[in-house]
Amino acid sequence: MTWVNAIVQGILLGGVYALFACGLSLVFGVLRIVNLAHGDLTVLAAFLAVVVTGAFGVPPVVALVVVVPVLAALGYVLQRTLLQRSLAAGELAPLLVTFGLSIVIQNALLQVFSADTRTLPTGAFGTASLAIGGDLAVGWLALITLLVAVAVLAGLQFVLARTALGRSMRATSDDPETAQLMGLDDRRVHAAATAIALGTVALAGIFYGMRGTFTPTLGPQLLIFAFEAVIIGGLGSLWGTLLGGLVLGMAQTLGAQIQPSYGVLAGHLVFLLVLAVRPQGLLRTASRR
Amino acid sequence: MIISRSTRGSRIAAVLVVPIVVVLAFGPYIVPPSVTRALVTLFALVIMASMWNLLAGYGGMISVGQQGFIGVGAYTVLAADVAGIDPFLALPLAVVVAAVLSLPTTTLVFRLSGGYFAIGTWVVAEVYRLLTVEIGAVGGGAGASLTGLGGMPPVLRGAVVYWCALGSAVLVVGVVVLIMRSRLGLALTAIRDDPTAADSLGVRVRRAKRLVFVVAAGGCGLAGAIIVLDSLRVQPDSIYSVQWSAFMIFMVVIGGLGTIEGPILGALAFFALQQILEPYGVWYLVALGVVAVAAALYARRGVWGLLTGTHDIRLFPTGYRVRAQNVRPRA
Repeated sequence: MTWVNAIVQGILLGGVYALFACGLSLVFGVLRIVNLAHGDLTVLAAFLAVVVTGAFGVPPVVALVVVVPVLAALGYVLQRTLLQRSLAAGELAPLLVTFGLSIVIQNALLQVFSADTRTLPTGAFGTASLAIGGDLAVGWLALITLLVAVAVLAGLQFVLARTALGRSMRATSDDPETAQLMGLDDRRVHAAATAIALGTVALAGIFYGMRGTFTPTLGPQLLIFAFEAVIIGGLGSLWGTLLGGLVLGMAQTLGAQIQPSYGVLAGHLVFLLVLAVRPQGLLRTASRR
Repeated sequence: MIISRSTRGSRIAAVLVVPIVVVLAFGPYIVPPSVTRALVTLFALVIMASMWNLLAGYGGMISVGQQGFIGVGAYTVLAADVAGIDPFLALPLAVVVAAVLSLPTTTLVFRLSGGYFAIGTWVVAEVYRLLTVEIGAVGGGAGASLTGLGGMPPVLRGAVVYWCALGSAVLVVGVVVLIMRSRLGLALTAIRDDPTAADSLGVRVRRAKRLVFVVAAGGCGLAGAIIVLDSLRVQPDSIYSVQWSAFMIFMVVIGGLGTIEGPILGALAFFALQQILEPYGVWYLVALGVVAVAAALYARRGVWGLLTGTHDIRLFPTGYRVRAQNVRPRA
């Protein structure tokens, strides 16, 4: 029964990872930039929520109303200023710029909020759980996080597949020059994609903060988890990202079931295994690039 | 027409480098131990920067996981110490172990490219760290101290560590110069500029990249070994810290990516900044990040590029130059 429980908890944990990963996946898909500051931006969102809940005395879910737009705006500005310029400066520049940004955010947070461990208060709701037969119980919060992740991924999929904005994103990603000839301003499309991505980052940061604890230096770890979820699932596939998150979550909880210190390691090993035997990811049939 | 490798700059450099190294070699006799210890740190930084530059500037591979090999090198020295081998003799061993471990690493991370390659190397470094923490014999998560050098007088130990570090730094820079002068260097330059074109011209892209990755891993292993010989203590979280990668990137980007001189200059600049800004605590890292972002966007050729401007000055020339000979009109 403990093993079944580990799998169930792993799936729920995977929901958080999928939520982390979809922003990374979207920015890479549209801009071809791997945002190395992704994890630190997630932590930044969690700390913003700490400030908002502290200042107005509202629950973290309400803080979403403030933090999501703030991060989306930050994404828009970031794209229009730093990232767009770095795109023009060659292949290495975006990586160097986002890595520099990651160091700046992480250490600024460390300076302002100290290295203390934080959590977002959730009250009785945070510990309430739903019994599902046997000894199994799933936390409401964890379940809602997973549902939010699925909803966000479905929403992104819908935007990309069905809307004019999504069409322009796909066009800009496939062939920026032709897209510009057709009258698309690629800078705007890029900025919109980054804004959406950072909106999901805000969601991920707040849900992570409600589920567990965080510190200013957690960012790199979150970036690695998001990245593993993306690669395990397969680059460029949003549903793959969800599957990748779930596989990573299960690997970690099953590993931790063997011995607590093996959790993160087991996740890394599953990632390396996928890289070795199925580098295109679980949900992609053949690599197109 | 005259085709030559040396330039005026390189002839001046050749005249200057030897005396500088000789003077540095007499360091322990001239300056107090506190200064030689600081210089050991500087030499380790020069090694790291040169290796990261070889990877990114010449090999086109941005790695954020070189701290994995720094850690492996450091722990090789510690393991040798536990096994009763002289820690100084373990220096070459650290290079070999790091280089050997990098081979299976390449088969995995070479399946990724660009930014995903960067994070892939990082995951591998994390795996090395998590595996090291599980080994109780080298102290597990708490780390351990080097005990084999306890019998040595501190002044002598400091001097020998200093000479090891100086020798290693000279060796590493020399290896980079030699690589870039060889066929491999030419292949790397071609790959960096256009991998597809290089491949179609018969350059074995993957093999060249793998060789570079292995050399860079060995160099970082050496740097890790020097760090542990200097500090006499290893702690997994700090030796495997991604901060080393941040430092390497900073030094190379500030100094000038894709030059031999840049990383050395970058290491000097970083070392100076570290000494000046350290009292300001975490803000100094924030400043480093801001400077790195600015350099990546506005000064892409780094300090070396700013210094040399449009002149093609090379202290360590790797290519050939063609000059027109002075042809006097016949009377």
